[in-house]
Amino acid sequence: MSDQDPSNPANGVSRRAMLAGSAALTASLFLPKQLKASDYPTDMVNTTGLAVTDDTVTIGILHSITGTMAISETGSVQAEKLAIKQINEQGGILGRKIEYIQEDGASDWPTFAEKARKLLVNDKVASVMGCWTSASRKAVLPVFEQHNGFLYYPTFYEGLEESPNVIYTGQEATQQIIAGLDWVNKEKGAKSFYLLGSDYIWPRTSNKIARKHIENFMDGCKVVGEEYYPLGHTQFNSVINKIRLKKPDVIYAIVVGGSNVAFYKQLTAAGIDPAKEKPIVLTISVTEDEIRGIGGENIAGSYACMKYFQSLQNENNLAFVKAFKEMWGEDIVVGDVTQAAYLGPWLWKAAVEKAGSFDVDKVRAASPGIELTTAPEGYVKVHENHHLWSKTRVGKAQADGQYEVVFETAELVEPDPFPEGYQ
Amino acid sequence: MSLTSFMSRKELIGFLLLAAVIFLVLPAALDSFRLNLFGKYLTYAFVAVGLALCWGAGGILSLGQGVFFGLGGYCMAMFLKLEASTPENTSIQSTPGIPDFMDWNQLTELPSWWQPFYSLPFALLAVVVVPVIFAFIIGFAMFTRRVGGVYFAIITQAFAAILTILIIGQQGYTGGVNGITDLRTLLGWDIRTDEAKTTLYFVNGVLLFAVLLVAQYVRKSKLGRLLIAMRDQEDRVRFSGYNVANFKIFIFCLGAAFAGIGGAMFTLQVGFMSPTLVGIVPSIEMVIFCAVGGRLSILGAVYGALLVNWAKTTFSEAFPELWLLGLGGLFIAVVMFFPNGLAGVWSEKIEPRLLGLIKKSKDSDAATPAGAPAE
Repeated sequence: MSDQDPSNPANGVSRRAMLAGSAALTASLFLPKQLKASDYPTDMVNTTGLAVTDDTVTIGILHSITGTMAISETGSVQAEKLAIKQINEQGGILGRKIEYIQEDGASDWPTFAEKARKLLVNDKVASVMGCWTSASRKAVLPVFEQHNGFLYYPTFYEGLEESPNVIYTGQEATQQIIAGLDWVNKEKGAKSFYLLGSDYIWPRTSNKIARKHIENFMDGCKVVGEEYYPLGHTQFNSVINKIRLKKPDVIYAIVVGGSNVAFYKQLTAAGIDPAKEKPIVLTISVTEDEIRGIGGENIAGSYACMKYFQSLQNENNLAFVKAFKEMWGEDIVVGDVTQAAYLGPWLWKAAVEKAGSFDVDKVRAASPGIELTTAPEGYVKVHENHHLWSKTRVGKAQADGQYEVVFETAELVEPDPFPEGYQ
Repeated sequence: MSLTSFMSRKELIGFLLLAAVIFLVLPAALDSFRLNLFGKYLTYAFVAVGLALCWGAGGILSLGQGVFFGLGGYCMAMFLKLEASTPENTSIQSTPGIPDFMDWNQLTELPSWWQPFYSLPFALLAVVVVPVIFAFIIGFAMFTRRVGGVYFAIITQAFAAILTILIIGQQGYTGGVNGITDLRTLLGWDIRTDEAKTTLYFVNGVLLFAVLLVAQYVRKSKLGRLLIAMRDQEDRVRFSGYNVANFKIFIFCLGAAFAGIGGAMFTLQVGFMSPTLVGIVPSIEMVIFCAVGGRLSILGAVYGALLVNWAKTTFSEAFPELWLLGLGGLFIAVVMFFPNGLAGVWSEKIEPRLLGLIKKSKDSDAATPAGAPAE
């Protein structure tokens, strides 16, 4: 513990400087100095038997590190470990260092449920950072509700959920969709849309919201087609032909995983070059991580609607990207979900410190209203409904695999997991 | 058949040992969380016992047992889901009273084929009958045409793939990739509590023994001997005047029924059912349980399911990034060094020595002039 004496601020600063963590600096400006564990006796801050000692607190990390989802979830694991490391370097939470137990969900939903139960019942972790797919979240949800665990879930998802035991650090569907559709309508004059997606709950729900918004809230706009393909599908030629016949202004694509590679390559091969914007390709499912698989040259000129892009030029993000690369290698890219996963430990720390306790019920009560000025995406705030107020941004894909931010909402967009008029 | 022809003394000892492990040792040694995990492993044992009959005795290698496990599990899950989807619980939906995933998929009423699953007796019957009907159709189509061996294995694998695609594709009716989740009560009894899980563990154990006794009966009957004869020389059995296909269909259906019961118990203990348990990978895993345990032995199959799943959990907790390699190493080692699995190790290495010890002590007993009756 000598390298991290909380009473010596100079020591802390130099360590932070080493990390080039201006994010950390900002945090320390708005937090009340460094908290000492001795001010928060263990039996006061932990009345429910969680894994909290006088100088450590244990949390769980539950993602797939084997199986088909590993490639997507790795970024989240890395971001969470970075956040934990940075928090520990600042003195931890209530003077306690965070330790973590990592479990592998193995891309298998029953395994997620088993490991979630293990973390909560056996290890008594104070919170869990984890899950990626909706299926894994649905599998662990009853476990978290039964054992009163607390989960930080990073992925943008379909909404229609508001669990007292989950903080959703990604955007729910309306936050990701509506502002982007309005932008492409106003800025690009788009009137007709072809909706396309992989066949499962997230693309279907998202397209349902998109269709309602296009038909009910956008004057003179219409949907000219809507199609779904099984996960892993790689033959998009028939739909590409239909698109050429219908000549929509916008292809609204929610294709996920490996299918993306086939879709964008076949699109370019069929002569639909996203860069010509005839039609415009707008997606909510391709982050910087996916572009690495698709190839920048195949997707350059497409637009993506997210809350975060690696290229965001603000101090928080520059420091975050730098620290991320220092920890995990220069070649790595940071996508939307990775950033959302990074917020999890920080939001939990803020909630615990506001509550002055690790008890799940107190952390839950303290969570709404938690603000983070240090988030790489900018300022975020936890809503009563456990989702985040976030901005929506539109980025244009570049051949180098990065996005150029072309639009962002002026204000934070309110999360609305059960949108009226969109059901 | 008399009792001794039903079960030899050696086999009786094996059954009693397993009963002691399942009903005494595990519950005494494990906390409620770990016991529930072992309950989950034991549901795979149902499948492995069925495979020991089909594959070990009958020579029919099925790589699609996940289909039957899944069908049984889904039948149970449908009943539980309907019970959980009361209009009060689902009041935030556009159409309250139907399962949540149907509402997400814009269904506005319960499909007619879901209706009977409001009834528990129907659901329990379906747990066994639906897999059996499926197995009968597959078995009838294949065995009467004398499709066997590798071809049969590949076709069953294709069925596993087809059913997975069907379930994922028809998500409005089946829950899709997510599966049927958030199951809560069985006739008002909360299945999520620790006490319920412990009770279910014992119910599971009793059912497993029922299945094991049926399997033992089949093994010892004339049918069992015919199965082995068919495995070793199918044509001779046919030339002796037996209709080989019928026996194969029967044993395949029996294995499917066992798997269906296992699936239903899985749903009850884990609290949901999803297509990840139906596909090719879990189906092959189930064959591995049987192979590790020893495909010739029904008791070995149970131990195989327990050992492999326990190893899976333990390795993955200890080495979250490398556990698959460890598990792979275990399989290779078993196949290389113990081709007859755990049961082979027992009967070839351990049992002869134990018998030798017992014999020795008996010999010394016999030296003393006691009037013990001969056995």
